[in-house]
Amino acid sequence: MSKLGDLGAKLYRGEVGYDFVGKRFLWYGVSILITITAIVALAVQGLNMGIEFKGGAVFTTPKTAVSVAKATEDAEKASGHDAIVQELGTGGLRIQITGLDTASAADVKKQLASDLKVDQAGINADLVGPSWGEQIANKAWTGLGVFMILVVIYLAIAFEWRMAVAALIALIHDLTITVGVYALVGFEVTPGTVIGLLTILGYSLYDTVVVFDGLKEGSKDITKQTRYTFSEIANRSINGTLVRSINTTVVALLPVGALLFIGGGFLGAGMLNDISLSLFVGLAAGAYSSIFIATPLVVDLKEREPGMKALKKRVLAKREAAAARGESPEEGYGSDAEGDGEGGPQIVAQTQGRAGRRR
Amino acid sequence: MAAPKKGRRPTGAQGRPGRALAIILIAMVALTAGMFLTKQTTPRLGIDLAGGTSITLKAKSEPGKPDAINPTNMNTAVGIIERRVNGLGVTEAEVQTQGKDHIIVNIPKGMNEQQAREQVGTTAQLYFRPVLAFTSGEPAAPNASPSGSPSGSPSASPSGSGAPKAGDGKKASPSATPSSSATSQGRALSEALKAPGSPTPSPSASESKKADDNKAPTPSATPSPDAAASALQAKFAALDCTDEKQRATAAQGVKPEDPMVACGQRGDTWGKWVLGPAAVNGQDVDDAKGQIDQQSGQWIVTMQFTDKGADKFAKITGDLAAKQPPQNQFAIVLDGQVISDPSVSQALTGGNAQISGGFTQQSAQDLGNMLSYGALPLSFQEDSVTTVTAALGGEQLKAGLIAGAIGLLLVVIYLLVYYRGLAFIAIVSLLVSAILTYTIMALLGKGIGFALNLPAVCGAIVAIGITADSFIVYFERIRDEIREGRTLRPAVERAWPRARRTILVSDFVSFLAAAVLFIVTVGKVQGFAFTLGLTTLLDVVVVFLFTKPVMTLLARTKFFSSGHPWSGLDPKRLGAKPPLRRSRRTGSGTVSAPVDAKEA
Repeated sequence: MSKLGDLGAKLYRGEVGYDFVGKRFLWYGVSILITITAIVALAVQGLNMGIEFKGGAVFTTPKTAVSVAKATEDAEKASGHDAIVQELGTGGLRIQITGLDTASAADVKKQLASDLKVDQAGINADLVGPSWGEQIANKAWTGLGVFMILVVIYLAIAFEWRMAVAALIALIHDLTITVGVYALVGFEVTPGTVIGLLTILGYSLYDTVVVFDGLKEGSKDITKQTRYTFSEIANRSINGTLVRSINTTVVALLPVGALLFIGGGFLGAGMLNDISLSLFVGLAAGAYSSIFIATPLVVDLKEREPGMKALKKRVLAKREAAAARGESPEEGYGSDAEGDGEGGPQIVAQTQGRAGRRR
Repeated sequence: MAAPKKGRRPTGAQGRPGRALAIILIAMVALTAGMFLTKQTTPRLGIDLAGGTSITLKAKSEPGKPDAINPTNMNTAVGIIERRVNGLGVTEAEVQTQGKDHIIVNIPKGMNEQQAREQVGTTAQLYFRPVLAFTSGEPAAPNASPSGSPSGSPSASPSGSGAPKAGDGKKASPSATPSSSATSQGRALSEALKAPGSPTPSPSASESKKADDNKAPTPSATPSPDAAASALQAKFAALDCTDEKQRATAAQGVKPEDPMVACGQRGDTWGKWVLGPAAVNGQDVDDAKGQIDQQSGQWIVTMQFTDKGADKFAKITGDLAAKQPPQNQFAIVLDGQVISDPSVSQALTGGNAQISGGFTQQSAQDLGNMLSYGALPLSFQEDSVTTVTAALGGEQLKAGLIAGAIGLLLVVIYLLVYYRGLAFIAIVSLLVSAILTYTIMALLGKGIGFALNLPAVCGAIVAIGITADSFIVYFERIRDEIREGRTLRPAVERAWPRARRTILVSDFVSFLAAAVLFIVTVGKVQGFAFTLGLTTLLDVVVVFLFTKPVMTLLARTKFFSSGHPWSGLDPKRLGAKPPLRRSRRTGSGTVSAPVDAKEA
C-alpha cells in the first residue's frame, strides 16, 4: 500500500497526474455516449418494472418438493393470471403473479398451499394494488425535484452557482446511467430500486462535494497569481483529492457490495438486493462523474468569466515571455484550457506561500 | 520531529480533547443506561423482520370532496381502524398515518391475516336498527373501546333549526335521566332474563317487527322466520360481550336487512342487544354534530337527515314510539357495535333530531363525527399487503446482519491496509458510532415507535461507508499536511478546519437527501431514510467529539508523532517534502520538486 501512499504523495504534489481537465472532451464524449445508450435502451427496451408497479402478488413458499414447472402451472390455474416462479436458495419457491388483485389473493394462496403441499401459514405473501408502485414512483419524482432544488440552492451558497449547476448535471448523469443500466441489463425495478436510486442523490454528491471543496480552496486566491490558469488549478485539485475520492468510493462500495452479495446469494431476491444493486451502480457512476464530469464542467463554466479569461491571457503571456527569454518553460503540471495532454514536468523553484497562504 | 511532551496543553479551541471525549462518553453511558432502565435492549423489529402482516391503505379522494383527506379525518380513521383491529384480540397492532393520505396497519404475527384485512379496509357501516331486546350488566374491560359511547341511556327528540322553538315544546320526554335509564335497563334485563327460558319473547318481537315493517327494505328471502329467529335467540344467549373477540365477530357477515345481535358499551358495563333490520343507514344522515343545548346546557348530538333519510327516520320513530321499553329504542350500530341507543317517545318528522342524555363533550362530538361520516370518514383502498412469516423475517434479519458484518469487515480491512495505525482510530470511531446508533434505535422503539425494518438495516449498512468516509477525509487532510513537511501535532490541528468543512458540507448534503426522502415517501422508504439521516447526524457527532479529540491525543504519543512506519503517518512513506525528493517520472532536467502550495 505504500505504493499507493507514494502515488498519493505524488498526486498531491502534482508530480504525477492525469489531465482530467485537458482531456475533458474525451470524457464528455464517453459520458454522452453512455447517456445516449442509456436513453436508447430505455426507449427501446424499457424498464422491467417489478410487480409493485403492475399490481399482483408475490408468494414465497417454504421448502417444497414441487418442481418449478409444476408450480407455475398450479399458480396460473389457481389465479388465472401469468405466473413467474423462481427457485430460491432455501429450496422454497418465489411465485410472482402479475395482475392478481389483492382481494382474491387469499384464495389463491390457499389453493397454492394445498397444491404445493405446504402449510398456508408458512407462505409469505406480498400483495400490491396496481397503483402502489406508481405512487412510490410519483413520490420519488417529487422527492427528486425537491432535493435537486434544495441542493442547488445549498451548493450555490456553499460554493457558487457554477459548481451547483455542474453538480446537478453530474447528478442527472448518474441517475441516467443507473436507469440505463437497469434498462440494458433488464434488472427488475422495484420500490427497493427507487430507494437505492434516491440514496444515490446524496451519495453521488458526497464525492462531488469533496472534489469541489478542494477546488474552492485551491482557487481561492487565483486572481492574485499569474502562474496557473483556472483549468490547471482545477485539474490539480482533482488530482490532489483523487486518493481521497478513490478511498471514499471504495469504502462506500464495500458495504453495498456485501449487501448485494448477501442479498443476491443468500435471499435470492428482495429488498436488500434491489436497494444495493441500484446503489452499487449509482455509486460507481457517481464516483466517475464527480471526477470526470463535474469538475471539468465547472472549468468550462468558469473559464467563460472575464476575470478568468484575463487570467489565462496573463498566464499565457507570462509563459511566452519566459519561453522567449529562453528559460525553461514554466508550465503547470496540468494543462491549460486547450488541453495539451501530458502533464508536463514541473519546475517550481520558489516555495512561496507554502505555509503562509494556507490558513 | 521531537515527540511533544505529554500533557502539554495545546492552545486554541480544539485543544480540549478531554472535554469532548467526556461528553461523548457521558452520552454513551446515558444512552446505554437508558436502554437498560427502560428494558429496551433491542430495537423494535418491523414486520418484515419479526413476521406479521403489514397493510398499506390509501385514502381515495372522492369527487366533490376535495378537502376530505385532511389530518383530522385521517386521525379519525386511524382511531376507528385501531379499534377494529384491536377488537380482534390482537395486541400491539399498530395503526398510523403516513404521509398525507396513507395509513399503515402493522399486525404482528400470530393473527388471522384475512380477518384483519376484512376489518381494516371496510368503510361506512353505520346503521340505525330498532332494539328488540337488551341485556346489560357485564363488566366492561377498562380500556376496551375508545369510542364515544354515551354512558346513560339517551333519548332522541326532534330539534328545530332554531334552538328555543318547536323542539322545546315537543320535548315531551326530555333526555333520559339516570333513573329512567335505570328502569329501561331493568325492564330490558328482566325481559332478557326470561328470554333463554321461553322460546318466544325476543324472536316474536323480531317477527312482529318484520310484519310491521313489511314495506321497509326487507325483501330478503329469509329461509323460515322461525328458524332464523331461534338461531338469533341462541346467538343472543351465547353472546359474551366481555370477550373482545366475540364482540368483534358478533356482527360479522350480517346483512343490513337481517336482524342481528350486537354488543355495546354502556358506561362501565357491556350490554348486548338483539336488533331488528337496519331502518336507516349512515348515508341517510346528512350531518350531525355534538353541541351544547341552549336550554339545558348539556351536550347533545344533533342530526340532520337527507330527504330520504328523514322519511325513513320518521317512520321508524313513529313505529318505535308506540312500543314499550326497550323496544322503543333504536340502536346506532357502528361496525357491529352499538354506540348509542336512544329511546323514542314520538315520531320524529322533519328531518332534524337530537340525541340527549349523558353526553360529555368528547362523547357528543365523537358520536356526531361517527354519524356524519359513517364509519370511516374516508374510503380506503389496499395498496399493499405484506405477510411475512416469522421464518422469513428471521432469515432476512440474519441476512442483513451478515451483510452488515461482512461490509464492516471489508471496510476495516481496507482501512487497516491503507491507514495502518490510523485505522484503529477509524475503527474505534465506527464502534462508537455503532453504539450510539444502536442505543438510540433501541430507545426510539419505545419513544416514537421506531421499528427497524429491512430497508432500515440497509440504511445502517450503507451508513458504514458514509461514516468511514469522513474519517478518510480527515486522515487524508492530515497526510497532506505532513506531506507539506509539518510534524504531526500541527498537522492534526491544521488539517481539522478544512476536513471539518468538507465533512460538514458533504454530510449536510447526505442529510438533506435523507430528510427529503423521509418527508415525501411512505412506508419502507421512510425507515431507510430515517436510519440514513440518523447515522449522518451521528457521524458528525462522532467526528467532532470523538475522532478529532482522539487524534489530538494520539498525536502526542511517540508512536504516531514520530511517524512510526505502522502508524500510517510516516512522513517518508507519505513523501513529505523535506527531505527533498526528486521527481521520478520525468527526466527532463527538472531540478527540484518542492511543491508550490496548492493555492498557487
